[in-house]
Amino acid sequence: MKRTTFALIDCNNFFVSCERVFNPKIWNKPVMVLSNNDGCVVARSNEVKAIGIKMGTPAFKCKDLIKKYNIQVFSSNYTLYADMSNRVMECLKQFASDIEIYSIDEAFLSLDNIYIKDFQKYGLLIKNKIYKWTGIPVSVGIAYTKGLAKIALKIVKKDPQYKGVLDFTKFNREEADNLLQEIDVIDIWGIGPAHSKKLKTYGINTVKDFKYANTNWIKKNLTVMGERCALELNGIPCFELEEFPAPQKGICSSRSFGYPVVKKDDMEEAVASYTAIASEKLRSQKSYANIIIVFIKTNRFKKEPQYANAAYVKMIEPTSSTIDLTKYALIGLEKVFKKGYRYKKCGVILEGIQPSDRIQLNMFNFYNHKQKQKENKLMLYIDSINKQWGRGIIKLASEGTKKTWSMKRYRLSKRFTTEISEILEIEV
Amino acid sequence: MHTLNTKSKKGMKVNLYTSTISAGFPNSANDYAQENIDMNEFLIKHAAATFLVKVKGNSMKESGICDGDILIVDRSLNPSNNSIIVAFLDGEFTVKKLRRIGRNLYLIPENKNYQVLKITRDMDFQIWGVVTFVIKRLA
Repeated sequence: MKRTTFALIDCNNFFVSCERVFNPKIWNKPVMVLSNNDGCVVARSNEVKAIGIKMGTPAFKCKDLIKKYNIQVFSSNYTLYADMSNRVMECLKQFASDIEIYSIDEAFLSLDNIYIKDFQKYGLLIKNKIYKWTGIPVSVGIAYTKGLAKIALKIVKKDPQYKGVLDFTKFNREEADNLLQEIDVIDIWGIGPAHSKKLKTYGINTVKDFKYANTNWIKKNLTVMGERCALELNGIPCFELEEFPAPQKGICSSRSFGYPVVKKDDMEEAVASYTAIASEKLRSQKSYANIIIVFIKTNRFKKEPQYANAAYVKMIEPTSSTIDLTKYALIGLEKVFKKGYRYKKCGVILEGIQPSDRIQLNMFNFYNHKQKQKENKLMLYIDSINKQWGRGIIKLASEGTKKTWSMKRYRLSKRFTTEISEILEIEV
Repeated sequence: MHTLNTKSKKGMKVNLYTSTISAGFPNSANDYAQENIDMNEFLIKHAAATFLVKVKGNSMKESGICDGDILIVDRSLNPSNNSIIVAFLDGEFTVKKLRRIGRNLYLIPENKNYQVLKITRDMDFQIWGVVTFVIKRLA
């Protein structure tokens, strides 16, 4: 069997690192980045990790620590992070022709078609070049399976002796197992918190335990996915490099409000806006959806009357038209909206997604093809205009124009790389 | 010039010319037409490593870098002696000429009113990128 070697590249504390590239004042200070609306912690510098602030902690719960340790706090600047991510990925393409961009800050490379004598050295080369070109520090894990590359990366991040790069292929079985028994099962790729809890009740605590657990037992308790994860840890590849990710199963567009929404009008506006974003995404992957879920919720951290609900709307025909989807989204909202609450969040999820060239039509519904085609054409025009002139230049009236509910981002850094009026200024 | 094949009344194939033909000489300049100059291609060699920076202040005046100018900075380049660089020094960014004399590094301003700075071990110093072009608005 042909052996594949994977390198997993992961940007260290990515959002924090992006902020630091353009702001030397925070290079050696504790830094954290908050989610949309400055809700909770989504990125932490090593200093903040050492203080003990966990990922996802609501910002208001950190108030005292922020003051005490003079933590530098930023709102998430996704425009900047997306551009920096593109730069990192662009750079990575110099090192391998086969690359899977796994998330905004992670990518897998296949090292097969390159002549490399020393993987450790090659990893170091990658790490140094990414830092030099973009200013973003990365860690590299190299192994014969994706699952092991992920574990190698975990080890690298825990132990500074590896200096950011670990070639796991160089270890023999015993050496590998010694490292695997130091890592918790929760760090295995594909094992979530629920599964890891279950595993621990059966005495499977470390990655090594899981590697040698009974395969049938794993299959029975953790399905075939669990079995594959275990095989990967044994060096048997089950997951290939996916250069062209499959169309998404569900598309979600949601956000917290900057200010609590009370009025139904405002909520309708918000739901319509998120529907527009989601349906644009849907069209960009040339798909249709036939289910739309609308959800609304109040702020569970506030001492106020609480309410949360979701409406599940099955559409007669699959569609990708903002007009159709908005119509159904508002029908859904109508079902769940209750007066007298202060809402914090709403969103829409599109499901039942299928490629547009393979849609199933409803036998009993009169399907007006001409009308549909016209509408599809209109949507494509709207998308191309919005792409050229900026999102939302053309929209349905239901999206509204005032957006009293829009995002709160008090500590936003500049868009250093995408706006000429916001580029880095240097006192010379 | 594009040609379209179409059928004449008698069913014969006739070539139609889609570009207009005017009387007189054909425009021979068309033969030499090229794509427009792409300023991005000219100014930016390593897109992933190139950043724009706006200058405030006049310590680099004599090398033509003045207040309000925009610098094109390429992080991928290795600075050579006398390169103009963006550097990070003790918590601040600066733009200076980098000079190596023996084993020492110096940051040289290009304005008589400013002082040369020797880089010492106790300084927090890092080169951020090499300046490749200066963009100046004249009109």
